Amino acid sequence: MARTLDRTPRSGRRFRQSAGRQHHAGPLTYVLLAVAAVVSLFPLYWNLVAASHSGERVVQAPAPLLPGPRLLDNLSFAWNQVHMGEALINTTIVAGLVAASTVVFSTLAGFAFAKLPFRGRGMLLSLVVATMTIPPQLSVIPLYQIITDLGWFDQLQSVVLPSLVAAFGVFFMRQFLVEALPIELVEAARMDGAHSLRVIWHVVFPVARPAMAVLGMLVFVQAWNDFFWPFIALTQDGNPTLQVALAGLGAGNHTVDHAVVLTGALISTVPLLLVFAFLGKHIVGGITAGAVKS
Amino acid sequence: MATSVRAKPDGSPPPVAPPSSPGPRRRRSAPGGWRSTLYRWDIKAIPYVFIAPFFLTFAAFGLFPLIYTGWLSLNRVELGGEPQWKGLENYTDLATSEFFWNALVNTFTIGVISTVPQLLMALGLAHLLNYKLRGRGFFRIAILAPYATSIAAATLVFAQLFNTDYGMINTVLDWVGIGPVQWESSKWPAQIAISVIVTWRWTGYNALIYLAAMQAVPQDLYEAASLDGASRWRQFISVTIPSIRPTILFTVVVSTIGATQLFGEPMLYGGSVGISGGSGNQFQTLSLLMYEKGWVNNALGQASAIAWIMLLLLLLIGGVQALVSRHNRKKLGG
Repeated sequence: MARTLDRTPRSGRRFRQSAGRQHHAGPLTYVLLAVAAVVSLFPLYWNLVAASHSGERVVQAPAPLLPGPRLLDNLSFAWNQVHMGEALINTTIVAGLVAASTVVFSTLAGFAFAKLPFRGRGMLLSLVVATMTIPPQLSVIPLYQIITDLGWFDQLQSVVLPSLVAAFGVFFMRQFLVEALPIELVEAARMDGAHSLRVIWHVVFPVARPAMAVLGMLVFVQAWNDFFWPFIALTQDGNPTLQVALAGLGAGNHTVDHAVVLTGALISTVPLLLVFAFLGKHIVGGITAGAVKS
Repeated sequence: MATSVRAKPDGSPPPVAPPSSPGPRRRRSAPGGWRSTLYRWDIKAIPYVFIAPFFLTFAAFGLFPLIYTGWLSLNRVELGGEPQWKGLENYTDLATSEFFWNALVNTFTIGVISTVPQLLMALGLAHLLNYKLRGRGFFRIAILAPYATSIAAATLVFAQLFNTDYGMINTVLDWVGIGPVQWESSKWPAQIAISVIVTWRWTGYNALIYLAAMQAVPQDLYEAASLDGASRWRQFISVTIPSIRPTILFTVVVSTIGATQLFGEPMLYGGSVGISGGSGNQFQTLSLLMYEKGWVNNALGQASAIAWIMLLLLLLIGGVQALVSRHNRKKLGG
């Protein structure tokens, strides 16, 4: 968190130049923002508190407000007895594969849509954007039948394959490369006789690298937290992701100890919160870059 | 990555001339022949090669299932069994089912009470963050922290906070003489609690999107407005809001799509009776009903019909939103 704070003055100066209209904030602004920050962070803090008490204490009124002594016991129980350890490994594998493949394929497609002339480009790009509005509910029933037929039920590939590339990523990289990649650079490489893979490797990837990093983080977060399809395709006792394991705990399978359930929630949240604490500024930039242009 | 054309780490292009790699140059000077044919083929076909992974993935895991779901919705289907043609029977059955109408209305009401306050608060927060601030980086990341929290984790925490007997929220309400509120068994409190979870997760995210749009509003618009004697509030209403209208529309579309498919929050909030949306279906959404039909009752045809109704609803909403935005553009004279 400290690193992020250190950086803000620099980016702040840039914003001031471009945005103008920078009245100084009054005390009321700080009060309201402090309230927003507390409301945003308190449930996460309380998750930690609840995970450090016994199950009996968590379900007693008034609810505990300060950390208790049982965090390590709860962690060890959640890790060993209710699949949270396996789930953490599975989720890391799934989110890592999905993020890596989405970044590569989105960069290729985004580059084509941004800089290469071809027949049907505008129409196909609109189609990419339109597919973002289709909810997963429209595909889960046939996919469920297919993975059952293939014997992929409860196997990780059934949640990785449908997410290998996402419309959001293609659009995101296209928006970035339209502005960031001068066409002269591509043409110059071409004049030199470089074939397309060389152009990708030596020109497009180096220019796109910052956007690829941001997209990778956004997709990683999304894949880490994905719920609906993994909940259908995987099981708590077989090959769960964190979200599937949590869903089982929430439904009261294996334990009714709420401290353990919330310890599971903590295990699923802390890795992403660490990522946000260290790289939050870039994620903030990525979220806004994807939305404003459209 | 050994690059002959090196970009600066910040992504800006290198100032120097393009690379001279001897290999390819020799290749190009070879007169005609298969190499230049290959080169021309490379130029013509490569864009399609680059976009192919997306469209193949979409065809296999998006379009084909979507169409197949439509076909299944006209059949009686059980897992592993042969589909039996039923025509529109699944749809007419739904039209006369009180569970379907209940789920449709719940999806709508939870959608409204989770989306409208969320976007209004996000606008307000973005406005506050647009002031010259100390600690702006901290505030931005703090309000984005809920976005990093998964549906499951957030819902399990809030289910404890909202617990009727020992939850912190009823404890606080008790101090001011309210309650105890039946946050799970009573319909409106339960729907409000679920909406609070959705709102908590997404308000900061939307605020940051609005903030970026606000910072792109040209300064002279505000100068002109303040020369005309417009108050700050007046400037917010008649300069900021109209200028970021496309962004507002974007967030409305995204939130509407999200609200239509709401699933994880009500399911986990309901605990062991989550799939039916509480013991009296008081917060069962369309997605939950679809899951219940398909995976609890093994009626995949009916579940498919619900999925297609969701698609038609989204198309309808999309059409209305397109009309509204066109109307707005006309009104603004551009």
